[in-house]
Amino acid sequence: MSKDTAGPSAPARSDVAATGEGLNRRTFLKAGAATAGAAAGAGAITGFPTIWAQEIKDIELRHVGVSYSVVKAIGDQASKDLGFKVTMQNLDTSAAINRFVTQPNSVDIADVEGWQSKVATRRGVIQGIEVKKIKEFDNILPIFTKGEINGHKIPRQGISPYEAMYIAKSDATELNDGVSDWMTFLPQVYNADSIGYRPDLVGHEVTEWKELIDPKFKGKAAILDVPAIGIMDAALCFESAGLIKYGNKGNMTKAEIDFTIDKLIELKKSGHFRATWTTFDQSVQLMAAGEVIIQSMWSPAVAAVRVKGIPCVYAPVNIKDGKEGYRGWCNGMALMKHLSGKKLEAAYEYLNWYLSGWQGGFVARYGYYSPVPSTAKTFLTPAEWDFWYEGKPAPAVINDPYGVPMEQPGAKRDGGSFLERVTNISCWNTLMDESAYMNKRWNDFKVA
Amino acid sequence: MTSSSPSRGKWSGWLLVSPLVLVLVPFFVLPIVIVLVASFLESDGFGGLIRTFTLANYGGLLSSKLTLALYLETVKFAALTWFFSLIIGFFVAYFLAFHVRNQLLAIGLFLLCTVPFWTSNIIRMISWIPLLGKEGLINTALIKTGLIGQPLEFLLFSGFAVVVAYVHQLTIFMIVPIFNSMARIDRRLLEAAVDAGTSRFDVLRLVVVPLTKSGIALGSIFVISIVMGDFFVVKVMSGGGTASVVGAFYEDIGVLQYPAAAASAVLLTLVLSALVLLILRSVDIRREIAQ
Repeated sequence: MSKDTAGPSAPARSDVAATGEGLNRRTFLKAGAATAGAAAGAGAITGFPTIWAQEIKDIELRHVGVSYSVVKAIGDQASKDLGFKVTMQNLDTSAAINRFVTQPNSVDIADVEGWQSKVATRRGVIQGIEVKKIKEFDNILPIFTKGEINGHKIPRQGISPYEAMYIAKSDATELNDGVSDWMTFLPQVYNADSIGYRPDLVGHEVTEWKELIDPKFKGKAAILDVPAIGIMDAALCFESAGLIKYGNKGNMTKAEIDFTIDKLIELKKSGHFRATWTTFDQSVQLMAAGEVIIQSMWSPAVAAVRVKGIPCVYAPVNIKDGKEGYRGWCNGMALMKHLSGKKLEAAYEYLNWYLSGWQGGFVARYGYYSPVPSTAKTFLTPAEWDFWYEGKPAPAVINDPYGVPMEQPGAKRDGGSFLERVTNISCWNTLMDESAYMNKRWNDFKVA
Repeated sequence: MTSSSPSRGKWSGWLLVSPLVLVLVPFFVLPIVIVLVASFLESDGFGGLIRTFTLANYGGLLSSKLTLALYLETVKFAALTWFFSLIIGFFVAYFLAFHVRNQLLAIGLFLLCTVPFWTSNIIRMISWIPLLGKEGLINTALIKTGLIGQPLEFLLFSGFAVVVAYVHQLTIFMIVPIFNSMARIDRRLLEAAVDAGTSRFDVLRLVVVPLTKSGIALGSIFVISIVMGDFFVVKVMSGGGTASVVGAFYEDIGVLQYPAAAASAVLLTLVLSALVLLILRSVDIRREIAQ
């Protein structure tokens, strides 16, 4: 009875919806593309000759990843510049990798770290990115194409982006050591993490990780509670204090994991840690509310504390005697396997747009770096470039990406220039071979 | 529907139960079965399942001291939360049911109890942080009045803070069923008890509590299963200072160790089912509610 009427009416309704949506979107499109597309039907070009405006207008790319890397303002700008729709969706690190692996079709562009691209490659949920379709590939810094910069070898403790970036064929499941024709992911943003502290309360300059575990900061210290990287921060501390020398902090043996966790438990039992934190905001709150005066921290979080008028310094932990150094991380974009045809072409346009400079300029204003600084530079004022990349005293007031004043003239970026910072990275975010064991031990620390 | 065959009762029974079956099978039974199956498989370390039968996940789980520590910690929070939410919930419900004479007013006040629940759990939890922190309202007030010299650190990022947040979030789950049970109590029973010379405390102990057992049992099931199945409040309010059963297997999922996480989930389901059964054994909720 009602089945008979429900059958044909359902598709009819969706047809109406589709037309309505199309019309709506058309009104949003940039005038040129829209009118040309509607009038001529085909042949209109928005400046990207490979894709017809008529064909792209209904494309939607879902870019999924962590909040500090997949940013709504960047997606909005991309939609504006490209003529198709980009939707940004945020998840935390572990929810993100789980979604990429278990629901790959619900994502178009996966925002991955090096270690996640290794997992995604192994699981066969992503397809290779063809190097020759990436316009700026030759301008990408040699950190990513040679594993070095200015003759300085980028360390490979943990999983460096260079190590996880290449595969031999589009559908390979094993990584390729060194540049090939195919990439697993295209780096888009990266930085070097260290310690943040309150200079007014700590009382002296901090340049070594061991300060974080110094008994004089008992009850006033915090550490990052994301096991995979928290343990590396702890390892940097213990190595700095001369308690242990790791073979590879980014891939510890069971014995090294045991040593590290036992030390952490000892510290916890002595009341050393006021708290641990998992999100950017928590770390800002801990510092701003006076709960802690020293903790492992991310550079924009330090800036966020300073914006509140509270002094906070990002410790320059330059490598010395094989110890110290920053923990590096890098996020990039991977193409999910199901992308094909026009949508795949649109995805390539999107990837190329990322390296064309606007995004590089945007992330620079909160202290993150672009893999192609040469294009980012064209979107930064000379003052901004000097401050963020050159590490020079700010010649003028420096604003954050949303236009809020952030640094006064004369202020200098903690840790110095881009080169000084990246050449002092000593390990990278990772997933250890013994990650299951490490996780269990980390929970021992949590519950102790 | 108009057929009058002898099997009619049987068929209409199936028909009546079918909507529930249609919801429960795909959204409850199937996921549980999948989790159960996964808990007997091996992980390849990259989120893949190797299809060989193994008991290693359970072996590892049951032989680990960590499991015991996690359960002790979680049960501790569940017990404390249960205790405080029961005490507060019982007396709030008691006040509403017996001391507010005007029924309209009682219902109005009862609805007032739910007002804080119009905002999200997370907001209600997080709003404790500026209150309890080292430089929070309570510490600042105490220091300014000269009662303490140093801020009280146990207020935030501690077991105390976790219990405060849980009690604040979950007391309503006690109030509602207990209030509901109390509202059904025949007032003449209380009058008879008082007339017979029973003290107010004894009326409470010997009449009201036994007659609200079903409400207490229902509230307890809600509170205990929510606390034991939660990890977020523990994580935030303890400042990451302690862990929980669910938090621990969430970390396993974070590194794609699905079988280990599945085994933990199955174990938790069994433990919780046992707890709920235990509560239900002491009170026949179905009979009490049907009254």
